[in-house]
Amino acid sequence: MIHFVLLISRQGKVRLTKWYSPHTQKERTKVIRELSGMILSRGPKLCNFLEWRGLKVVYKRYASLYFCMCVDADDNELETLEIIHHFVEILDRYFGNVCELDLIFNFHKAYYILDEVLIAGELQETSKKSVARVIAAQDTLIEHAKEQSSSLSNIIAQATK
Amino acid sequence: MALSGMRGLSTFISDVRNCQNKEAERSRVDKELANIRTKFKNEKGLALHEKKKYVWKMLYIYMLGYDVDFGHMETVSLISAPKYPEKQVGYIVTSCLLNENHDFLRLVINTVRNDIIGNNETFQCLALTMVGNIGGRDFSESLAPDVQKLLLSNSCRPVVRKKAALCLLRLYRKNPDVVNVDGWSERMVHLLDEKDIGVLTAVMSLLVSLVANTPDAYWNCVPKCVRILERLTRGQEIPQEYTYYGIPSPWLQVKTMRVLQYFPTIEDPNIRKSLFEILQRILMGTDVVKNVNKNNASHAVLFEALALVMHLDAEKEMLSQCVALLGKFIAVREPNIRYLGLENMTRMLLVVDVQDTIKKHQAQIITSLKDPDISIRRRSLDLLYGMCDVSNAREIVEELLQYLTTADFGIREELALKAAILSESFAPDLKWYVDVILQLIEKAGDFVSDDIWYRVVQFVTNNEDLQAYAAATVLAYLDKPAVHETMVKVAGYLLGEYSHLLARQPGCTPKDIFYVIYDKFPIVTIGTKAILLSAFAKILLHSQPQDPELRERVIDVFKRYECSVDADVQQRCVEYLMLCEKGPDMVDIMAEMPKFPERQSALLKRAENTEGDAAEASATKLRLQQQNSMALVVAEPQTNGAAHPPILKPSVAPVQTEQLALPEPPSSAHQRALSNGNAHPEVPVTAAAAVAAPSLLEEPITAPASMPATAPAPTPAPSAVDLLGDLLAPLAIEAAPGTMPSDNNAILDFGLDPSGLAPGPAPAQVSGPADPLTLALYDGPDTKVQPIGNIEDWYKALMIKDSGILYEDPYVQIGVKADWRGIQGRLVLFIGNKHTGSLSNVKVVVLPPSHLRFQSPPVPDTIPPRAQVQCPFDIFCLQASRETAVLEFAYNNGNIPVGVNLKLPVLMNKFLQAVPVTANDFVGRWRALTGPPTKLQEVVRNVRPIPLAEMAALFNSLHIGVAPGLDPNVNNIVCASTFYSESAQATLCLIRVETDPSDRTQLRLTVGSPDPTTTYELKEYIKEQLIDVRTLTPVPPVVPAPTPAISGLTGPAAVLAGLI
Repeated sequence: MIHFVLLISRQGKVRLTKWYSPHTQKERTKVIRELSGMILSRGPKLCNFLEWRGLKVVYKRYASLYFCMCVDADDNELETLEIIHHFVEILDRYFGNVCELDLIFNFHKAYYILDEVLIAGELQETSKKSVARVIAAQDTLIEHAKEQSSSLSNIIAQATK
Repeated sequence: MALSGMRGLSTFISDVRNCQNKEAERSRVDKELANIRTKFKNEKGLALHEKKKYVWKMLYIYMLGYDVDFGHMETVSLISAPKYPEKQVGYIVTSCLLNENHDFLRLVINTVRNDIIGNNETFQCLALTMVGNIGGRDFSESLAPDVQKLLLSNSCRPVVRKKAALCLLRLYRKNPDVVNVDGWSERMVHLLDEKDIGVLTAVMSLLVSLVANTPDAYWNCVPKCVRILERLTRGQEIPQEYTYYGIPSPWLQVKTMRVLQYFPTIEDPNIRKSLFEILQRILMGTDVVKNVNKNNASHAVLFEALALVMHLDAEKEMLSQCVALLGKFIAVREPNIRYLGLENMTRMLLVVDVQDTIKKHQAQIITSLKDPDISIRRRSLDLLYGMCDVSNAREIVEELLQYLTTADFGIREELALKAAILSESFAPDLKWYVDVILQLIEKAGDFVSDDIWYRVVQFVTNNEDLQAYAAATVLAYLDKPAVHETMVKVAGYLLGEYSHLLARQPGCTPKDIFYVIYDKFPIVTIGTKAILLSAFAKILLHSQPQDPELRERVIDVFKRYECSVDADVQQRCVEYLMLCEKGPDMVDIMAEMPKFPERQSALLKRAENTEGDAAEASATKLRLQQQNSMALVVAEPQTNGAAHPPILKPSVAPVQTEQLALPEPPSSAHQRALSNGNAHPEVPVTAAAAVAAPSLLEEPITAPASMPATAPAPTPAPSAVDLLGDLLAPLAIEAAPGTMPSDNNAILDFGLDPSGLAPGPAPAQVSGPADPLTLALYDGPDTKVQPIGNIEDWYKALMIKDSGILYEDPYVQIGVKADWRGIQGRLVLFIGNKHTGSLSNVKVVVLPPSHLRFQSPPVPDTIPPRAQVQCPFDIFCLQASRETAVLEFAYNNGNIPVGVNLKLPVLMNKFLQAVPVTANDFVGRWRALTGPPTKLQEVVRNVRPIPLAEMAALFNSLHIGVAPGLDPNVNNIVCASTFYSESAQATLCLIRVETDPSDRTQLRLTVGSPDPTTTYELKEYIKEQLIDVRTLTPVPPVVPAPTPAISGLTGPAAVLAGLI
């Protein structure tokens, strides 16, 4: 299973974290610090796997962002690597040529999308289309709610005039 | 794509990004946190959609790495919001900020359940996702049946069912009992017929977990899995959207093959045949293509197929096909494939007999040992370690030694250990082994643990052929300018023992040797000095006749260190001095060490224990199976001096060697018995000396008798330190979660901070009760008058009694008498003026917490001298809570104002009434309460250990009626009481305490009642009592005890007390 997902920028800033196995806040900070040190210092032509505390970290760099997933030692590494790519493709499709800034200002969207790709540290949906449909439906729901509330406040505003 | 409607959040993110440095960022974040804190405090004015914005900000700040230790309740409370946007935020942020053990999660189990069983699909999805991501054991107990229903339902859409499957997987991991083995294997077969690939993928993940635990139960899934694999590899009926770079769902293929690896074998010949056809197709049909992702995906499938082939005991032909493939992989430039090639080759070594085929690739593997990527170097090291045997040991170990000089620090220790083990296990001859270890010490002394050099000493001691060679070699090393301290230790020991064998060679007189060693003596640590001192003694006593100059120098050294602060060094010096004086009579004591008994290599033991990935651990296991201890060579008792037998083949069982070792020359038996107890080679020297001690004792000046006993103590220190290191290492990691349960403050704070649930209690009072003393003496504005006696003790006594003293100082005494009936009670304060002057400006005000209603009486402004006034309060309990009411009491004595704040003993237990229950009644009601939030369970630690009878008495005194004999287990206590409050009226509370007779400091507490708030508060209240009973226990459990607390008092106080 995937124990956690980590997005870090080249400067070591965290852009997204998601933990599927329990870690206290202290451990989380420690893990992030330790791993970002190890991953950021690795050269470009090395393999995408890192052995760490009896587990394996599979990571891949996309532009200025490193996407990392920590899996069990006997999990299939290439499979995990392609889960990362699958997630990136979905982000790309949603934002339209995704860049780090999109993920900074819309970090909440990234969390929504990740929740449609992974649950319990396992891959949930392998169809990009299907994920896109669910996310679009969510967006519509939120838009609806907003319209509703604004129209309601309009009504109240008019009534109190 | 801007943040719709959350401009504040957007601005905040920009602000943070624009900060020039870390300090600026921190101050901006702190400002925002303060802002959020204020907003949350005035929660009533905060609309849900505003709350949402702040919660997102908190998550952002948290992500930046700052501690966000508040607002969790607000976040969790959004889950109960009625509208989708807020609910979504609540669910997502909760699952990011909190981890599964957080207590707040229990509070929302009910809401989550309602969302899951409700008919709003989007809510179902949100709830399932959160439970799937952070659900703990509590969740699995209360939600599993509902989640299963969704997974099996025909009416739910795939989007819900795939989430339900993974959610169930999480719950299963937390508590395997939630999936009933018998019922589920049929259901899983049925679920494997699923047409939707998304749902099927999720179901397959669930199946992997189920099969991994109980493969026997899911046999019937095998045919289905093979069929699914067939369908996938042929690309039949796979919708376009489920192909990934033209490959039909590679993930599902991998998972399906993973499932098949958990079954021991596949026996049905037809299924086996079709499975092998599929695997053959994958092995042969995977080509390297240009597109990286397609390549990765196809190779993910290929490596899984390889693993399955290895597992299934395939035909020899197919296996060699696999080795050939792997051989190709380890030679490619693409680092991922090379890494996986090496890894899988190591795995292959463990499963099948392909040693010889793999040996062909040795050169290629050694090249990878020099790869710039540490991950690849590790794999290569592991593989070399696994494939090493007598035939290639020389070459591989020499490569490792060469690599050692350039290896990075991260890998050196492992490398040194592995080189040592291999050279020991497969040495073509023993001289080579000694050379290797000495080189190892020279090149990486810091990474050579003591175990490694102890082992060399054992071998040299047990093999006479080796002794002169070893002594000469270490002597040469000592001549070098910079010598590692470990080398000094080995050299010192070996030269002490065997340098006399070199005596005929030029430059090797005892004196020369002494000077060579002595040259290093000043710069080594005290532990090494001890070893060298023994060496000096041996060198001197071995040389007959003694060289007077040598004798003088050696005695000189001993005298200098006779007064060393180190007990070991001091003792050695004292004893050796005596031995020197005794002269030649004592030579026997300094004879060469007897042979060591054979034992399992400590190195291998250590290698087993070192933390490492699975592949490494299994490689070590393999080593152990092949291992024939080198002690074999040792176990040739009679043939000393004859050519030692060649290192035996790995197939020789250790048992035989033990038998070989049995016959022992009787002469050495005594000495052997001596050295048996000493794990470290340097110890026996002292041990030998210690044996000599009794005879020495006849002379008055020798060391006191107690010293020999203490001698060995300092010497084993290195291993003790190692042991500690080993013990501490895992602790350091586990310490962090461990602090959570023991940190009472955190738990109590949480328990007392219901700001998200109950409407606003005063926060200032809230933080107090974690430490009971903080509230007891709320210092008034300027208290110069000190209380007489311990207010806290009185308060504690009043918790379980209804009358007694609350407060006393030189002028005033306040007594309490109370009467409780159902939801109401009457508490009378007796305020007595002990003084000869009157007290003015008397103020008696109660600050009631939100859960109590107080009706206060009028209080006279002045109390005349020697008079007493009564203030009766009527109290109503509105709701369960553990907060305390505070009495503000103030008066003026002349012109001196006195003021104190006192906790009033109006606690939950006052509104409890014990009820007798029958066993049937209890069990029925207990079962009716299914789980959180109406029934809560917690393991309470740090309980003050008290006998069970005392605990029962404590409960009775708290009005929690113990029902004896209901629970068949004598270590358990069950209780039933009715709690009275306005909101819930009479609530029957059932309590069960399960204690552990072997560990009285922890127990499991379960509290159930129809009202969640009461349950929770009562559980916390009982917990507080159990953790904090130190002052309660001595109080007799009898409830009506009129005035025990003041019996010792005299004068007006006693008179007053009598009045009460």
